[in-house]
Amino acid sequence: MDDSLRELYQEVILDHSRHPRHFGPLASATHEGEGHNPLCGDRVKIYLSVDDAGRIADIKFEGKGCAISQASASLMTDMIAGRSVAEAEKLMDGFLHLVKGEDATDLVGDDRERLDIMAGVSAFPMRVKCATLAWHTMKSALEHGMAAKSE
Amino acid sequence: MMAHAKLRTVGAFVPPRADFEILSREVYGKPLVYLDSAASAQKPRQMLQAMTAFAESEYANVHRGVHFLSAAATERYEGARETVRHFLNAAQADEIVFTKGGTEAINLVAASFLAPRIQPGDEIVLTVVEHHSNIVPWHFLRERHGAVLKWVDVRDDGSFDIDAFDAAIGPKTKLVAVAHMSNVLGTVAPLKEIVARAHAKGVPVLADGCQGAVHEIVDVQDLDIDFYAITGHKLYGPTGIGALYGKRAHLKTMRPFNGGGEMIREVTRDIVTYADPPARFEAGTPPIIESIGLAAAIDYMTAFDRAAVKAHEASLLSAAREAVSEFNWLRVVGDAPGKGSILSFETEGMHAHDVATILDREGVAVRAGHHCAQPLMERFGVASTTRASFALYNTRADVDALVDGLRKARKILG
Repeated sequence: MDDSLRELYQEVILDHSRHPRHFGPLASATHEGEGHNPLCGDRVKIYLSVDDAGRIADIKFEGKGCAISQASASLMTDMIAGRSVAEAEKLMDGFLHLVKGEDATDLVGDDRERLDIMAGVSAFPMRVKCATLAWHTMKSALEHGMAAKSE
Repeated sequence: MMAHAKLRTVGAFVPPRADFEILSREVYGKPLVYLDSAASAQKPRQMLQAMTAFAESEYANVHRGVHFLSAAATERYEGARETVRHFLNAAQADEIVFTKGGTEAINLVAASFLAPRIQPGDEIVLTVVEHHSNIVPWHFLRERHGAVLKWVDVRDDGSFDIDAFDAAIGPKTKLVAVAHMSNVLGTVAPLKEIVARAHAKGVPVLADGCQGAVHEIVDVQDLDIDFYAITGHKLYGPTGIGALYGKRAHLKTMRPFNGGGEMIREVTRDIVTYADPPARFEAGTPPIIESIGLAAAIDYMTAFDRAAVKAHEASLLSAAREAVSEFNWLRVVGDAPGKGSILSFETEGMHAHDVATILDREGVAVRAGHHCAQPLMERFGVASTTRASFALYNTRADVDALVDGLRKARKILG
């Protein structure tokens, strides 16, 4: 098989897309956002519960989409829970660098290791938007509170 | 005009691969298998050469100069109009308006024909299969003029029930707008019957022929249709040009579309009067070189026995349909009898974009997504489909590559 395909659809990604973590609504959400990719019609909803200290106590997502967008959302929610808003945004910056094939030196340690499974997306420019949809939606949810939409 | 092609009409149809340079290229080290002609068709060398030759030897602006080249270019431009007239079998060349594409042709009808005739509450009948280009212009009239959109459904196999049109067309209906061929399902609408039912109630009909004109033989007089929109780039022609057929009696009553040069009779500081159709609707310098390309593309495709081309495309569709019927994880969307050569499907547990990405790495170009037909996606309860579309240059080997690619996608993602 084409190596770039093997990297894109590696087992961890397929596992996340088939068995997404943190999937479903979040009753305690303080922030939520809806993301839409008008190119393919995919939608994702992100729910966040941010406490008074600015920490993301819980995060969940709902939506339908391709393996890349689902795996990315699942992985994101897995990694974001428990972080501060500032840390989440910093992680997002690193993730964006990674999937766009840019210098991602801001991603280090465990974060780098876990997100590295998404690095293969950079070889598929038409699919970068699939990988970033959940992240952009999370960011706009954090910025706009309960009524954010992201495209 | 294209004698080389005439030779091929004897016996079985042989796809003219050599006329399409791009079909010999590779992608990712694999031979290109182009199954996305419903989005845009590839370009035959004869069409490209016609544009180049015209631009190199006869080009000037049209309808303006008195000089030699302007006259020559004008003659060629009007010759292209005549080619389109003949292609659609319109009665007169001045019933053909050049536009920048099918989308603009439909917007022209919405803005210049229908908008002035709409009172709040008036209805426009369209179908769930429409491409956004035959939906959004009517939404404009809903938003701006209070029109009400009425939707004709299809059966589960994607076919139309003609009685559904009768039910939808009422005393307030001002237009029926329908795709001649669905770009997702391949369904061919029973246009002649739809026109008859609509006319019985005094309602004009517009057909979006962007797909239909490629695969069906269109006779606007026989159909008695009021408007028929086509686009060049799906007809093996260039981008940037399309055409609207409109009955002369309609065009004459229609207000101008864009304002500018060439569409006027007289302009003073106080008033402006307008040219007769089709010039009234062709403001500004038109797509002149593209008109030569469109005419050459029409000459190219009509030099083949079109019934043989259609049979060829149908045989590819049926081979693909049969092969995928063995995949119990794949559901075809649209199985209407007599449908055109478009195969849309959804795949269980595999998103269309993932399927298309894997096919792409096999060299197989297909479309994945909502195909600019979101109401149709909603009707069939799918977010997106994968679509393979077959054109005159496709072969059985292309079908095999598609089927092999799908097997591979299943292996990776399933």
